[in-house]
Amino acid sequence: MPNVTYISHTGETTTIDVPVGTTVMENAVKNGIDGIVAECGGACMCATCHVYVDPAFLDLLDPIGEEQEEMLGATAAERKPNSRLSCQIQMKPQFAGLIVRMPDRQT
Amino acid sequence: MQAGVVIVGGGQAGLEAAAALRTLGYDGTVTLICEEAHAPYQRPPLSKDFLAGKQEADSVFLRALVYYEKHRIDLVLGDRVTEINRGARLVHLAAGGSLPYEQLILAVGARNRPLPVPGAENVLYLRSLDEAVTLRQRLAEARKGIVIVGGGFIGLEVAAAGRGAGKAVTLIEAAPRLMARAVSPLLSDFFLDVHRGHGLDVVLNTAVEEVLADAVIVSGGRRMEADLVVAGIGVVPNVELARAAGLEVSDGITVDEFLRTGDPDIFAIGDCAHHPNVYAGGLARLESVQNAVDQAKCVARAIMGNPTPYRDVPWFWTDQYEIRFQMVGLAAGYDQSVVRGSIGSRKFSVFYFKEGRLLAVDSVNRFGDHIAARKMLAAGTALTPAQAGDESVDLKKLAGAQSVG
Repeated sequence: MPNVTYISHTGETTTIDVPVGTTVMENAVKNGIDGIVAECGGACMCATCHVYVDPAFLDLLDPIGEEQEEMLGATAAERKPNSRLSCQIQMKPQFAGLIVRMPDRQT
Repeated sequence: MQAGVVIVGGGQAGLEAAAALRTLGYDGTVTLICEEAHAPYQRPPLSKDFLAGKQEADSVFLRALVYYEKHRIDLVLGDRVTEINRGARLVHLAAGGSLPYEQLILAVGARNRPLPVPGAENVLYLRSLDEAVTLRQRLAEARKGIVIVGGGFIGLEVAAAGRGAGKAVTLIEAAPRLMARAVSPLLSDFFLDVHRGHGLDVVLNTAVEEVLADAVIVSGGRRMEADLVVAGIGVVPNVELARAAGLEVSDGITVDEFLRTGDPDIFAIGDCAHHPNVYAGGLARLESVQNAVDQAKCVARAIMGNPTPYRDVPWFWTDQYEIRFQMVGLAAGYDQSVVRGSIGSRKFSVFYFKEGRLLAVDSVNRFGDHIAARKMLAAGTALTPAQAGDESVDLKKLAGAQSVG
């Protein structure tokens, strides 16, 4: 199973196995990783599962959809070119080793 | 035992209040009392992806169990508060024993309004995870037909799941239009077309008179065969505990703009809270994730000694077939509505104004309008009806950069 490494804004690092087809957000929540809040539960209605994707993986991800684009314009922490909503990153085998960094705040 | 914050109710409001207290650095005891045997979970997917079989029960929980341990939130599952003793600042539990509190948060939610007709024991409802599990199973097994009573959000989402599974579904609504309590006639008509286009048999202006084991009898005596009857006819706020404690109740538990009841140590949040709402221009009771989450944060600030009035913009969403419908603001009392985009293309928004001031925006598959409107309503940005209807006006630019988290 591919894994994903989550790095908090203070540098706390957690690596977990993420089943293909599930989202980076839901696995963070299921594993009790702080820093990803997901108030709306992954419906792309809030911007509280914001992460910065390690640039090495950016090109592998699907293009940002319209809904995600709008929500990324409303994140609490600064939006950067590698900002993504983790509820919109659905795991694929080729994402193995994905690294995401969490902002200092989600609201 | 050290008294701290006791939260009654393990829905999203209760959970978010516990989480917000810890985020803000609250160091005392936090106890979250959940009547159900489950840890707090999300309700929105229960009538959407979970019911449609696209999401499993293990992904609806709001937090992992390890979260509660790590953040010292005492999770009490399968128990219920039977009485609040305000003098002694204690809550009594159904399982026996009592808990002291310094502050008490009532996040007791609402319950389904029962269908007031003979045979109602044959009817299923949808609010809890257990009810959703049962309903999903019964939906899959339905052969003859499914009758849904109530054309509100829950009824229509369940109808969409049933049609998505290829079942024959009839929806009965007593009012002359769908979602009458929540949307304008234009949107009611739009959704009627959408649902009929997906093969839903929508019967308006019709009341249910009796539910039998294998059929429903409606006004006029017509009999509709059904091996599954689901009612979604609204909810009743759970006010009994507060009322018995001598707190003021109305359409919910009455609170001030800091979500405080008449007792300075007792707050009410979420579906049960009848609160002053600037967007409603008076008291309101809102049933939504937004209201649960934002009121939870508001009450946590008050308990931390930094009270700020509840002023968050109401928003809501529903998914029905390929339609993502988003609402922001409260449209009640509007005197003018403006359509942006094209209804025929199923990508449009309706902007509601009162005396030229923007009140609310309903968006059908128009995500950008929704987000821009959330920002504009929060910031009080002026928007004229003419601008709203003019697609050359860039709403995103008008709204500017702002967090809506």
